[in-house]
Amino acid sequence: MAGKTLYDKLWDEHVVRQEEDGTALIYIDRHLLHEVTSPQAFEGLRLAGRKPWRVDANLATPDHNVPTTELKGGPETIEDPISRIQVLTLDKNAREFGILEFPMGDLRQGIVHVVGPEEGATLPGMTVVCGDSHTSTHGALGCLAHGIGTSEVEHVLATQCLIQKKMKNMLIKVDGQLQPGVGPKDVILYIIREIGTAGGTGYAIEFGGQVFRDMSIEGRMTVCNMAIEAGARAGMVAVDEKTIEYVKGRPFAPTGELWDRAVEHWKTLHSDPDAEFDVVIEFDGAQIKPQVSWGTSPEMVIDIDGTVPNPDYESDPVKANGMRRALEYMGLEAGMKATDIPVDYVFIGSCTNSRIEDLRAAAEVVKGHKVSDRVEQALVVPGSGLVKKQAEEEGLDVIFKEAGFEWRNPGCSMCLAMNADRLPPKKHCASTSNRNFEGRQGAGGRTHLVSPQMAAAAAIAGHFVDVREFL
Amino acid sequence: MEKFGRLTAIVAPLDRANVDTDAIIPKQFLKSIRRTGFGPNLFDEWRYLDVGEPGQDCSNRPLNPDFVLNQPRYQGAKILLARENFGCGSSREHAPWALKDYGFDVIIAPSFAEIFFNNCFKNGILPIVLPEETVDQLFREVEAQEGYMLTVDLEAQTITKPDGEVIHFEVDPFRRHCLLEGLDDIGLTLQHADEIRAYEERRKQEAPWLFLHLREIAEKYNQI
Ligand code: SF4
Repeated sequence: MAGKTLYDKLWDEHVVRQEEDGTALIYIDRHLLHEVTSPQAFEGLRLAGRKPWRVDANLATPDHNVPTTELKGGPETIEDPISRIQVLTLDKNAREFGILEFPMGDLRQGIVHVVGPEEGATLPGMTVVCGDSHTSTHGALGCLAHGIGTSEVEHVLATQCLIQKKMKNMLIKVDGQLQPGVGPKDVILYIIREIGTAGGTGYAIEFGGQVFRDMSIEGRMTVCNMAIEAGARAGMVAVDEKTIEYVKGRPFAPTGELWDRAVEHWKTLHSDPDAEFDVVIEFDGAQIKPQVSWGTSPEMVIDIDGTVPNPDYESDPVKANGMRRALEYMGLEAGMKATDIPVDYVFIGSCTNSRIEDLRAAAEVVKGHKVSDRVEQALVVPGSGLVKKQAEEEGLDVIFKEAGFEWRNPGCSMCLAMNADRLPPKKHCASTSNRNFEGRQGAGGRTHLVSPQMAAAAAIAGHFVDVREFL
Repeated sequence: MEKFGRLTAIVAPLDRANVDTDAIIPKQFLKSIRRTGFGPNLFDEWRYLDVGEPGQDCSNRPLNPDFVLNQPRYQGAKILLARENFGCGSSREHAPWALKDYGFDVIIAPSFAEIFFNNCFKNGILPIVLPEETVDQLFREVEAQEGYMLTVDLEAQTITKPDGEVIHFEVDPFRRHCLLEGLDDIGLTLQHADEIRAYEERRKQEAPWLFLHLREIAEKYNQI
């Protein structure tokens, strides 16, 4: 019998009940909640007179609607009425049902996918769900983690389980060594560009190979975060010494004898050498250059020393049409150099790239430079209050501010513009977020997905540049 | 979910094909944090003469007197008679939420959009598919006779007309069981509550670190 993949192991450990038609009841170890997708779920519970099955498995924090500028007071002073109601409703629901919440103003508040691992609320081997598609982030710790819809949020609250069908196994293996200036974000953008936004549909992706073994845990989070952009609901990396080191000492991590037992188990959380994957895709890490997206889908990505592609050379008419539409929306010409794309806004943040290592990497590039006059606004939005504090202790805020960046409070911010931080129409934004869909960062806005280093370099140059020249 | 019993109620005829989810509940109302309260905005653009805003009090808005639900004879209707492809458009659950909140428990049509059809069952609404001619005949009778009522018996899978004629309808046995017992997906899963508990007990032995109490730990941290 062939061995098991990491996904097989995680799945098998969590099956409560298996039906004949392949659907299974899967037990959920950790449920994260934020203000946008939870209110109807709580109301559903209330209407049905139900209680959460296991209150202590839940953790809530507001992020999507939270303003990143200083407020006069608490959430009741949020200007936008819908944002205010959503944040206040989360506070109220958390209180009423007894769920632990890090509310606005708490140092531990932040983007839910930054907070979970940071607090040790996400542990290796867990099943982690949240009403948010980027829950795949948590797979970096060797978890089975994926996004769910509002009805499922209610289902998890009420039963601690989810009705699921098993996905297929995909291994994406990147060996070799990355070039200096090339980071986790470039790796995942490159992968999506190669396999397409539907490449992972129906699969749980395991990221394996030298590049991921060498990568930090935060880097692995950046990669797993965007598994969903490749169509896969879940992405994951095997547990190794780094994973265990990362978890150690975090507030919700086990301690003492429990810790030792946990570590013993976590060390088994990798695919067996003889495990069989349905699909294996391999890349050479040394070939990956800094990436930048030119279009309106996360697969529309080019090398920084490349040119914007020409739809006339695309043989698939549907694809060619999509490219034409994207070129028009983005206001770009086929054949133009990536380095000739102007930059009006810069956004360093989001659950993809707002952790301390991201901010350090960006600050390293920024240090001693000024943001270009061409750039109208450059934002740095840390992923959580603790990331912000850490960065300030390291003096990163000063580096950013001296260069002309705005240093903000934690939240999703301009990643999706539910709060007041919006990209105006037709403006080009060098963004470290994960989605470049039309209007994602603000109606008519033009998003270019890049790594934190590339965003920092673009801010200084006023157009996209090869960050390798900065180093 | 409430158990679905026998129902005798007024029938409101909505004589349009391809009624989509945007017509059922226009998108400006989706920002709500609730799943109830959509009833006053059901069919908003057809029902009112002005443009509706979320959070607005609808009781003073100018009604479109021609729209079927505004006619006095159809007040209190719990059965909606509709045309083909009812509920097409997006997958949003707000559409059945709005219909249910308004008071509809049954929708009869020659055909439904698939996702909407499934969402109805999840939210305690019984969608009934009847042949085109039968639906035509019902439309004629409803419009001809004020106070026209139908009796829908899910258990027996029958609709009884005022003249005593009985129409049989088909329904997926599993869906029927769920409606009769008042089981939504959660209700179904909770039927396996013992298995979930047994799983938890086993895991508490195998992997006790998964059951640390977040709140208690956080409170301890706060005291330090
Ligand atoms: S940062 Fe962006 S992608 Fe991440 S959870 Fe917030 S809105 Fe979603």
